Amino acid sequence: MIVQMVNENQETLKNNWIKEVNLFKEKELAGTTLKFSDETDQQFFNMLIKHINYHDISKDGTLDEFFDQVLHTGLPLSYITQGLQAARRVIVNFLVKTEMDKEKLASVYREIDRWLDPILNQVVENSSQIWERTVSIQKTALLELSAPLIPVFKNISVMPLIGSIDTERAKLIMENLLNGVIKYRSEVVLIDITGVPVVDTMVAHHIIQAADAVRLLGSTCILVGIRPEIAQTIVSLGIDLSLFPTKSTLQKGMENALEITNQQLISNK
Amino acid sequence: MDIQSCVEVRNEWDIVSARQLGRNMAKELGFGNVDQARITTAISELARNIYLYAGRGKICIEPINQLGKKGLRIVALDNGPGIREIRKVMEDGYTTSGGLGAGLPGVKRLMDEFSIESTVDVGTEISATKWLR
Repeated sequence: MIVQMVNENQETLKNNWIKEVNLFKEKELAGTTLKFSDETDQQFFNMLIKHINYHDISKDGTLDEFFDQVLHTGLPLSYITQGLQAARRVIVNFLVKTEMDKEKLASVYREIDRWLDPILNQVVENSSQIWERTVSIQKTALLELSAPLIPVFKNISVMPLIGSIDTERAKLIMENLLNGVIKYRSEVVLIDITGVPVVDTMVAHHIIQAADAVRLLGSTCILVGIRPEIAQTIVSLGIDLSLFPTKSTLQKGMENALEITNQQLISNK
Repeated sequence: MDIQSCVEVRNEWDIVSARQLGRNMAKELGFGNVDQARITTAISELARNIYLYAGRGKICIEPINQLGKKGLRIVALDNGPGIREIRKVMEDGYTTSGGLGAGLPGVKRLMDEFSIESTVDVGTEISATKWLR
């Protein structure tokens, strides 16, 4: 019944809906550089009307495709959900105006729910999927540049650390460090923390553990890149880093490492 | 400028945003490099304690002004299990999680004022202040 009614009054409903949408359109899209064209609005409404005829929204996949498309342009999800709510409002208002007894009205309400709710679920699901995908891609990208061990000279490797260190990265640092020491036969490993913004007890703890493990493999770990303010906080925290050598800069650490491995840099004159 | 800002701490990434907020506020107030590092480290310790022991809670940071004396106050709040032996956690090297056990005594040394209130099974409130010199 609702199907028939909606199909018959498509134009009126559409016009009412567009009026509703324009009420919140500017506010929702403010701050974005998006121009959500009126055609897309209409396309959206036509899509809704089209789907009233289906019982299963996944029937032809056009809905999926449409949402995928608009969400990828960076359209806020709230704009679409508000659009859906507006559609419901418009239709209900329209129905209330036509004469109908309570029983009938209730059943029409249920029908509307059956029609619009799956669409709403679909769009929320689509958008959360897009987010999840983005987050997981970024996470892998972050892990890839997380803790590389770079062999520099014979038996000397460097691990530059940049950014915050969390539990996951700490694990990775340890693994890469130990695997690298074996792989490159490093006698000396320089851990450079110039790019680590905060050294708290957890970060220090992980570095100490890593250095300790390196020591067990028979190699030496030198901590370099300690900025003056970091040195002061480490002292205030009462962290004991006396177990392994530390140097202020990578350069000094490298000189020290060359000394340990009995190597020298000779310039060609 | 007496606006209090809070960061909810639920996972490890929130620790980063808490200390980002602290660093920005400290910078705005005119703290030097070393004190900025001290404040961010203290926030990091407190936020990590929330994440590790309470699971969730919040870090509030506010600029304070007492008779012309300016400073920054950090308040860490949680409804976690509470601390049974406060005297012990303030000792260096005491830990229940296998860490260094330097967190809370460290924060006390990093900051100028420090107070801790904790009730078992109710929660913990730690407040720490750094004065601008």
